[in-house]
Formats: sequence, structure tokens, C-alpha cells
Amino acid sequence: MSTVTLRDIRKRYTDADVIKGVDLDINDGEFVVFVGPSGCGKSTLLRMIAGLEEITSGDLLIDSDRMNDVPPDKRGLAMVFQTYALYPHMTVAENMAFSLRLAGVPKARRHERAQDVARILQLEPLLNRKPRALSGGQRQRVAIGRALVRNPKVFLFDEPLSNLDAALRVQMRIELASLHDTLKSTMIYVTHDQVEAMTLADKIVVLQGGVIEQVGSPLDLYHHPHNLFVAGFIGSPRMNFLTVTVTDVNSSATTVKLPGGETISIPVQPRNLAVGDRPTLGIRPEHLRFDRTNATIHGEVKVVERLGGETFAYVNLPGGDTMVVKTDGDTPVQLHDQVPIYLNGDRCHLFDPQGMTIPRAELRPLTV
Amino acid sequence: MSSASSKRYRYLFVTVLGWLAAALLFFPIFWMVLTSFKTEVEAIALPPKLFFQPTFENYITIQERADYFSFAMNSIVISVGSTLLALILAIPAAYAMAFFPTKRTKGTLLWMLSTKMLPPVGVLVPIYLLFRDSNLLDTRIGLTIIYTLINLPIVVWMIYTFFKDVPKDILEAGRMDGASPKQEVFHVLMPLSLPGIASTALLAIILSWNEAFWSLNLTTTNAAPLTTFIASFSSPQGLFWAQLSAASTLAIAPILIFGWLSQRQLVRGLTFGAVK
Repeated sequence: MSTVTLRDIRKRYTDADVIKGVDLDINDGEFVVFVGPSGCGKSTLLRMIAGLEEITSGDLLIDSDRMNDVPPDKRGLAMVFQTYALYPHMTVAENMAFSLRLAGVPKARRHERAQDVARILQLEPLLNRKPRALSGGQRQRVAIGRALVRNPKVFLFDEPLSNLDAALRVQMRIELASLHDTLKSTMIYVTHDQVEAMTLADKIVVLQGGVIEQVGSPLDLYHHPHNLFVAGFIGSPRMNFLTVTVTDVNSSATTVKLPGGETISIPVQPRNLAVGDRPTLGIRPEHLRFDRTNATIHGEVKVVERLGGETFAYVNLPGGDTMVVKTDGDTPVQLHDQVPIYLNGDRCHLFDPQGMTIPRAELRPLTV
Repeated sequence: MSSASSKRYRYLFVTVLGWLAAALLFFPIFWMVLTSFKTEVEAIALPPKLFFQPTFENYITIQERADYFSFAMNSIVISVGSTLLALILAIPAAYAMAFFPTKRTKGTLLWMLSTKMLPPVGVLVPIYLLFRDSNLLDTRIGLTIIYTLINLPIVVWMIYTFFKDVPKDILEAGRMDGASPKQEVFHVLMPLSLPGIASTALLAIILSWNEAFWSLNLTTTNAAPLTTFIASFSSPQGLFWAQLSAASTLAIAPILIFGWLSQRQLVRGLTFGAVK
């Protein structure tokens, strides 16, 4: 059992508040990802859990023990750093067994433990090499091995894949996922890459400006973002946003007028919207479709990005907005084409002028 | 083509300039060694003689007049001792300043360096009196303390610079692995900055070896290092150039050989870690 609980955690440097009150429950065995733009405080928060940054106020509980003033190594955590932070003067085996050496574990036992971990991570042939003789991916594996050796209650990862090239990143991502599946340990993972967050997490924590914007499963965040920020941050390419005008409100749906003049009805709760209000409509590129018969908006194609399996068309709309449409790889769309686009009201999100999501009349099931 | 040849001329020019500068710096040493093998008459002959019959006479006279090895031993003990002491004090100080800086860290460093700008003669009398009252005059311990204090600012600065080059992440990884501050310094920080610490130590030894002001004023015989040994040959009877040269040659020989052997470390140290 290893749970982590944050209660109104705050961090203040002399001149600025960096973490402005974070409450979070992390369950045993959960893979939690902190995600957000750079400077949102995600790394600081992780370092506060690790004990590398002091907690200005609030409580940090690990397995319901207060850890605020416990030194890093006594918290039962292990951390993998973005730069790997291997000890350059030690071999792979020494790197992995360093914590045991400091703890006074006898040499034979240390060696045995390093061997065990090396087997799991396929590092056995490299045990006597120095870090400088390893590739990026191997170094990353050693860094993970060093964490594994300690048999920690909780693993902390600080952007561990950002220094790897794209292909290796995907491979390591898969390895991390299967490692989590094998170990069933609690893991906290920081990244700015929403793809890593979506693919690895049981629970995503979206941070911005030192506060939590939303906590939820990947699909929860994808389908039910709480606000404009989360809606725009999760999903790639990002969600399209249009300013629209409310023309009718009733208990099951709100009707809005699009920049082109057409109206569509969106099944959201009425809340405090009134006719004439100008909320923001959001719809994901993958939920748009070129459709001549049902077209709700027209525009001119400005850029076509063909990725082979799919195509992204950037379309200029009458009001000056641009919308991205994700469509088939072999779609015949051409640059400067006038295209008809169908917006399915059922797929649209509506955000009030403060940027908060207007809840749906009925929640969409997350998985079928 | 013209750019390639102008590049070649520039290269040639820089090379010639480099050799000239090196020759200029080396000439006094060369001349001193040469003079030490001349007779006193040849030493002051005009025009100076480049070719002559070498003699060991001066070296023999010197060894008769003074015990070179006792001076040399003092130099070694005091230089190495003060360097070790300075390192023991500077490493924890530099660790704190490099990894746990406060608002005043930069100021403290500058203040330490500024003490090097004070003319030492300004504190000669108080230091002399202090030494006299605590029976440190003409003792190896006294001179070791003084040299430690003189070199400490430079040693702290250099080690601070080398420590700054060590990625913070690695120390934090050590902390996560359970290293106490002491273990962090001994097992992680020092092995990683060993080349830097070595070159700092070399520089401190050389500076101590060359120091003359304090050794002349605070020692006479018992603890007198080689700088005092040289000075003792500029006697009231007049200057004996050949003897003086021989004494100087003997005085710089150990450190010259030492410096020669550790050239690479020295260059790294003198550039203050700016060149990697």
C-alpha cells in the first residue's frame, strides 16, 4: 500500500507563489501524470513530494504519514531525472547500487540486487561500463534501474523521456507502461507532452500557473474538460475554438449562431446563458467532417498537411478564425478549395465567457 | 584562394607571436641558469658572454654557506601544509556557496577576493605583533597559517567555479539515494571535480612556494623557506650575481620540475574552469 496525499500544498519563493494550494489523492498502484505548459509548477510539485524542495505550507502524506520534514531518502521514494543524473565516475553496477552502499548493505548483497534489476531492464552486458559509454536509451534504463534497486513505495519521474529522440521515446514509453504493469507500484510522472500523459496515465493532473485545472482519467479529460485551458491542452491537434452567439436556450439544448450565419443546437444544460450571449464553441479536429449535404459552415483551405494515414486541413472561416479538420489520408481536398464543413452539435463543447465548460445535458460514456 | 592564404599568414603570425612571448617569458630563467654556471667575473662581463667554460663552483660555495635542504624542506612542508589546510577549509565553503547560495553569496565571494587587493604591508605590524605574542615567529606552523589565509580566497573561488560545473541533478540524485551532505561531498562531488581540485592545489602550492614578503618578515632560520634562502645571498658586501643565480636556480628547480610534470592540470586551473 502506497498512497500519496497532498493537502493544500503551497510553495512560495521570496518574490512569487509557485504552487498555490494543491489538493490531490494518489491511490496505491496508480500511474499519475502531472502535465502542463512549462512554468506551470509541475516539476516543482514533484520535487516537493521528493523532498528536494521545501513545502511552504500544507501537508504531504505518504501512506498517511506526514512527510513535510522527512529527508528525501527517508520518504521511501525513488526519482528518475530528466538528465538521468547518473554518477559519471561509477560503473552501471555501482550507479545502481549506490543507495545500498550508502545504506551499508554488504557488497555481495549489493551486487546480487544490481544483477536482479539489470536482468529486468536488460542491462546485464553493460554492468561494468561507465555512463559515458552508454547511449541515451541505455542511460535512461540505468536511471530507472537505480530507482528500482531501492524498491521504493513510489516512483517519481521528472520528464524522463524528453532527452530521447522520437523513436526511442515511443519505445521507452511502452517499456514504462509495461514496467508499471509488472511492478504495480505507485508512479508519479511529470511531462509537458500530452501524448505521454494520455498514453501512460491512469489519472492525469493538468496544472497551470501553480493550480490544478482538472484531475481525471485521460478519456475523462478528453471528453469532459472542465474549462477552455484543459480543452485546448488535451488532444492533438488542439481543439478548435469559435466565438458564437446564443439564439435560443431551452432545458435540453442551446442554439448558437456560427460565424457563417448557420445555427446549430448543442445539448448542454441551460445554466446562466441567455439569448445574445457570446460563449466559445469548441470542437475537436477529429469530430469535423467535410459534408456537402449537411454543411453548417464554409471556408477556404489555407494549408493541407498530409501525414499519410490522415490529413489535416487548415480552413479559413468567414469571421477570420481558422479551423483544423482531421480527415482521411487520401481525401481529395486541395489548397484554396472552398469546403463545406459539418459540425455535429452533439460533439461540440460550449464554454461560458469566463472559460468554464457548460455541462452537457447528458454525460457521454467514456468507453463503450 | 586569397582567404586561404590570408588565413595561413594569420596562423603564421600568431605562431611567431606565441614563440616570441614564450621566449620573452623564458629568457630570464634561461639567463639565470646560464649565469649560475659562470664565474663572478664572467657573470658581470660586458658584453654578456653566451659561451664560456661552465663551473659548479657557485653551487659548491652555496652549499658551504647555507644548508639548502633544510630551506627546501621548509618550503615543501609549508607549501603542501598550507595547501591542504586551505582545501580542507575551502571545499565545505565552496560546497555551501555553490549549492546553497543565499542573497549574499556573490557579495561574500567578492569580499574574499577583495582581501587580495590589500597591500600586505598594511597589516605587517599587527600580524608581526600577533605572531610575536603567540610565539609563532620563525615557525613552520606560523607561516603555514599565513599562507593558508593568503591563498584561501583564490582556492575558494576556484573550487566554487569547479563545483558550479557539476550538474545539480547528480547531487540531488545522491540525496535521493540517501547521501548525507558529507557523503554527497566525498562520494559524488569530489570525485567529479577532482581535476579541478588538483589544479587548484597545484596553483596554491606554487603561490606558496613563491611567496617572499611574509617569509622574509616572519622567519629567520628555523622555518625559513627557499625565498629567504635566495635573499640571504644579496649580502651587504654587494651582489654576487653568479652565486645569487645559482641559489635562485636551486630554489625554483623543485617547483619548476613539479610544474612541468603537471602542466595540463595547471593550464586548466589557471583558466578557472572556463575552458573544458
